[in-house]
Amino acid sequence: MARELVGINAHPEASTDGYEVVHSKSEVFYPVYERKTDLKHQTHYCAGCGHGVVHKLIAEAIEELGLQDRTILVSPVGCSVFAYYYFDVGNVQVAHGRAPAAATGLHRACPDKVVIAYQGDGDLAAIGTAEIIHAANRGEKIAVFFVNNAIYGMTGGQMAPTTLVDQKSTTSPWGRRPVNEGFPLHMAEMLSSLQAPVYIERVALSDNKNIMKARRAVRKALELQRDGAGFSFVEILSPCPTIWGKDPVEAKRWVAEKMIPNFPLEVFRDHKIELPTNNAPPHKTVAELIEGKREEAAAPAPASAHHYRELGIKIAGFGGQGVLLLGQLLAEMGMREGLEVSWLPSYGPEMRSGSAHCQVWLSKEKIGSPLVSHPQVLVAMNEMSLRKFASEVAPGGIILYGRDQLPEDFTISQAQVVCIPASEIADRLGSAKVGNVVMVGALLEATECLHTTTAMKVLEAKVKNANLLELDRQALEAGRIYIDHHVAVGAVAQADGFTQ
Amino acid sequence: MRQLCKGNIAVIKGALLAGCRAYYGYPITPASEIAEAAALFFPEIGGTFVQAESETASINMVYGAAAAGMRVMTASSGPGLSLMQEGISYLAGAELPCVIVDVMRAGPGLGNIAPEQSDYFAMVKGGGHGNYRNLVLAPASVQEMAELTILAFDLADKYRNPAIVLTDGYVGQMMEPLDLEYREIAAPEKPWAVKGTPETRKNFVSSIYLEADDLEAHQRRMEAKYIRAQQNETRYEQYHTENAELLVVGYGIVSRVLRSAVDEARRLGIKVGLFRPITLWPFPTEQLKLAAARTQKVFVVELSNGQMVEDVRLALNGTRPVEFYGRVGGNVPSVEELVEKIEEQSAALV
Ligand SMILES: Cc1ncc(C[n+]2csc(CCOP(=O)(O)OP(=O)(O)O)c2C)c(N)n1
Repeated sequence: MARELVGINAHPEASTDGYEVVHSKSEVFYPVYERKTDLKHQTHYCAGCGHGVVHKLIAEAIEELGLQDRTILVSPVGCSVFAYYYFDVGNVQVAHGRAPAAATGLHRACPDKVVIAYQGDGDLAAIGTAEIIHAANRGEKIAVFFVNNAIYGMTGGQMAPTTLVDQKSTTSPWGRRPVNEGFPLHMAEMLSSLQAPVYIERVALSDNKNIMKARRAVRKALELQRDGAGFSFVEILSPCPTIWGKDPVEAKRWVAEKMIPNFPLEVFRDHKIELPTNNAPPHKTVAELIEGKREEAAAPAPASAHHYRELGIKIAGFGGQGVLLLGQLLAEMGMREGLEVSWLPSYGPEMRSGSAHCQVWLSKEKIGSPLVSHPQVLVAMNEMSLRKFASEVAPGGIILYGRDQLPEDFTISQAQVVCIPASEIADRLGSAKVGNVVMVGALLEATECLHTTTAMKVLEAKVKNANLLELDRQALEAGRIYIDHHVAVGAVAQADGFTQ
Repeated sequence: MRQLCKGNIAVIKGALLAGCRAYYGYPITPASEIAEAAALFFPEIGGTFVQAESETASINMVYGAAAAGMRVMTASSGPGLSLMQEGISYLAGAELPCVIVDVMRAGPGLGNIAPEQSDYFAMVKGGGHGNYRNLVLAPASVQEMAELTILAFDLADKYRNPAIVLTDGYVGQMMEPLDLEYREIAAPEKPWAVKGTPETRKNFVSSIYLEADDLEAHQRRMEAKYIRAQQNETRYEQYHTENAELLVVGYGIVSRVLRSAVDEARRLGIKVGLFRPITLWPFPTEQLKLAAARTQKVFVVELSNGQMVEDVRLALNGTRPVEFYGRVGGNVPSVEELVEKIEEQSAALV
């Protein structure tokens, strides 16, 4: 820490012996840096450090544009971690590299404010590469000031992603070797490949002329934020005399002679962007969203009317056979009939690989485990499911098999099996899709666990298309009639002997 | 009015009711329906949904929105929570309130997507760097997915700290009746927030305290609020603990299976009761001690290799024998399995 560029205070009460007042500073800087623990009248930056200059340019632009009360500065991890010491604006300090993400959250919370992400090259181009690219790509309305000093300053001179080929650092002790470390990263160019940014420029603090250009760039980036125009990005090639082991003048020269040829100064993007405003979401109220659809409520039938204390049902088949929906239908019906219900699906890749199952409880009492390890009713929509789950069925239970006959070698003693050619019935009705509804009709008739009228009410609430609804009604009826005409079914016994 | 609702979706319904208007997240099974519901609902009420590029980004977006004083949330599962640990540490250090939902799946590494309770250490004991605590709530039903999400927002604001809703793939994926009616829930004023306004210009959100004494003082303040939370916020449920000789302890989905197992075991004449921690941090230590004091032995069941059991042992401090049974890998014990275990445990009682 030594003399600095901007921190010398013009306020008389803040003047310090041994320091010469060179110029007054922007009102956007605190008059005294109270957040510092000592040397409250000067910054912590080294003599000739580019951060000091960039701070000054930003503060002056904020002041000129009258944005002080509208600005939130996000400070990074790096030498500029303490930017909040100086800027008298709203300040948020964030984790290494994450400024664009935090700025995203901030700006979207405060859409009419000016949010600045201030970042170094390690912060932005190494640990935070993903965050900057995606913030730019989303067109976040933030200004990013990217101080590229080709080195890690704060941690004492390690290699940065922007370190030049042959440039020595403590972690590239022989000079950056592309064979080991690759080439310097050109962030402005990279971001220029994206559609959303409105302004991308690279500037340099190499001499007064370039500093004036940098001033204009900083101001422009903030104007664009004031106007809510979109993502703006200014890369600033910046001296780091201390780490580079140069005096401030040499350091500036190094920016001019070494950095600029590697990182060309250019306006890479400067255009307004009109975003398509397609697919706007409808407006709703919170009440509408949380309470679900009104029509789904139905006067509960008395729970006591059911002939079981609890009924565990497992439904299994191929994905696409409507297995999960069938279970939901039963759970929804049970709920409407005043029962406690639970529905637990198989989920994820298992489902995608072709087979699916779900487990449903209908109960007069609070449901403990939602798992049904010994179902009283198994609906098996294919042979695989029959073979997989039949042995789990509770003694006295029933298996509804969605085919016209059992596989020849299949036997089961503890449960009754009923075959229903569900897909043939569905095909005859005109849609293979209602095979699962045929099974519901059969299940309701065979077990009398819930009422067919409730099934229709649930379907009416769910199926908006009148033709499909009619098809479902016919499917329910067909399933019911099939059982009625073809099968004599005994009552489903309760494991604990409960009967009514 | 009851509606049949999926656990993951109930989280978002609770969040909407709690006044959460920003969601930042990244998809992962078995938590994705939370992001999907947020994507559908938040824009419809003028809120924000962003699918971030990673969980690292999502948690930092949460950090930004929380710094601006918003009620904000994210959700994920183990692999995503691992990535969020950095951000959670910063949120805790900067004393920013937010809600994070972890729908646990089986690990370590990619593991599989079936339920486990193996993120207990990572969420309850920390996981990120530094001295901090998460407030951790463990729902066991769809109704609680909504209610405890609402409570998580309230506690997060009250203590200015991240609050975690720690659940698992089954509670997230299952459907049950959800009874939720619109009510006004007021979030407290946040005069410390940074909003880009004249009133908040001097505000500053950060976790940096450069001087040792300053950081120690900051941590002491945090400790003090954690002690307040321990005194005031423990929540738990007991089932048939009155005359129990054996106390079984489990949370989340396991508590549901245990509840059925307790019913069954009682039918077999075994005097067993269930203690279910609802807050995992603060852990209901005192209440567990009381419940255990009336019994001879404590039996902990988890979908882990033994994580919460450490807190049970700490709470009971050797005053009762504590036995453990864990299933892992995505296996969830059946009621019969746990009845058998309970029978074994109670047979060994003298
Ligand atoms: C996750 C994490 N890793 C590493 C660090 C240590 N660290 C602090 S600053 C920094 C590099 C900063 O370099 P740069 O972004 O170029 O900024 P400069 O200091 O040069 O301005 C590093 C690696 C950290 N704070 N956090």
